[in-house]
Amino acid sequence: MIPSSFAYHRPTSIADAVGLLADLGEDARALAGGHSLIPMMKLRLASPSHLVDLAGVSDLKGIRAEGGDIVIGAMTTQHDLMASDVLSTKIPILREASLLIADPQVRYVGTLGGNVANGDPGNDMPAVMMCLDASYEVASKARKRRISAREFYKGAYVTDLAPGEIVTAVRIPVPAQGHGYAYEKLKRKVGDYATAAAAVVLVISGGKATSCSIGLTNVADTPLWAQEAAKILTGSELDAATIKRAVAAAEAITSPAADARGPAQYRTKMAGVMLARALMRAKGRAEDRPNDAPQGRSLWKNLGFR
Amino acid sequence: MEKSRISLKVNGKAVDELVEPRTLLIHFLRERLNLTGPHVGCDTSHCGACTIDLDGKSIKSCTMFAVQANGADIRTIEGMAAPDGTLHALQEGFREMHGLQCGFCTPGMIMRAYRLLQENKSPTEDEIRFGISGNLCRCTGYQNIVKAIQYAAAKLNGVPFQEAAE
Repeated sequence: MIPSSFAYHRPTSIADAVGLLADLGEDARALAGGHSLIPMMKLRLASPSHLVDLAGVSDLKGIRAEGGDIVIGAMTTQHDLMASDVLSTKIPILREASLLIADPQVRYVGTLGGNVANGDPGNDMPAVMMCLDASYEVASKARKRRISAREFYKGAYVTDLAPGEIVTAVRIPVPAQGHGYAYEKLKRKVGDYATAAAAVVLVISGGKATSCSIGLTNVADTPLWAQEAAKILTGSELDAATIKRAVAAAEAITSPAADARGPAQYRTKMAGVMLARALMRAKGRAEDRPNDAPQGRSLWKNLGFR
Repeated sequence: MEKSRISLKVNGKAVDELVEPRTLLIHFLRERLNLTGPHVGCDTSHCGACTIDLDGKSIKSCTMFAVQANGADIRTIEGMAAPDGTLHALQEGFREMHGLQCGFCTPGMIMRAYRLLQENKSPTEDEIRFGISGNLCRCTGYQNIVKAIQYAAAKLNGVPFQEAAE
């Protein structure tokens, strides 16, 4: 499959990249890892006249601590996220979610910025970012701004990004030390989008959840932040009855499409199952974390295989 | 559309070519450089038959434009055997362990396994299966592919290969 013709641009700075996007107008698309855009171009569902490749912009790469936040450059790949010791220690849900995205080859190339900015409800990182209360740093030729992940998604492939804007970095407030976390994803096979998936981050103190946040993947036109479900759980001991109520509240906000992954009702129920599992795992981790702070991890250790 | 000049290294050799920006890397390798080891399988970045090694990463060359590889250092299956024809440990492993039937997936499997063993010199069976999860084989059921990679890992580590009990 051959895409239609386009002109290729490879800027080396953010200013040049957004300058090109402004000057070239709506026929130009930014290219990150390309694993969503290039397949669309091959199918001729997208036919941009200009591609602005962001791979040469070094300011879009890297992971750094800034105050109480971790700031991750938009062109950081899923592979980089998994290999990062600082992320594995401070925000381990990113590694857990990354491991469930696509396959090894795609993770070497697919970027965090592309995953969150594309607006595909099947992508995993948007719900994780909503769960973590991340914000996206956005730049265009005219301005820079920051927008909360929880307000970014407007519909399938529709986001708050204006023409000419790109996500330059993802800013994540570091969750409390000893927090519990889990990303549970039901998928039919490696490389598939989620039938349903749930991200959970919670803090337990004195046997009770003092905070809880929940994101849901691929069970609506947008990723979902399950605020009501989290509210039900906060202050509870995460007992079975409370979890059941929270799961019902989370299921109530889903509106999945029926597709090859199953009928809508099934996918809603699976969102509930994923949430219940994620809560139980997060609870278990939160309780045994204080004495078991993870040390630096290399990519191939702690995959759970040995 | 105006062509772009790209310079890269492929299997140790410098390559300097003009390409249309829309030329996919797999087509550049196969049709311009006559490196037909990397295969077009699904053409949708699922099957891994087009896998090559690029700057220390396994990538699916059907989902990258040749212009994106400007300046890259690429290795394909054609660059695996020694110049005198001695097979790479992985190639030997696939032969010895009968790691293929039709052979269509093999170049991608070997290039993926090559990077996997660079990152993890002694992978467990589960780690091998996880590591090659982006490569599909429709013949073998993967058993002998896993054994072939274990054989190569043992050989590269200089230890005797012991086939696990069934």
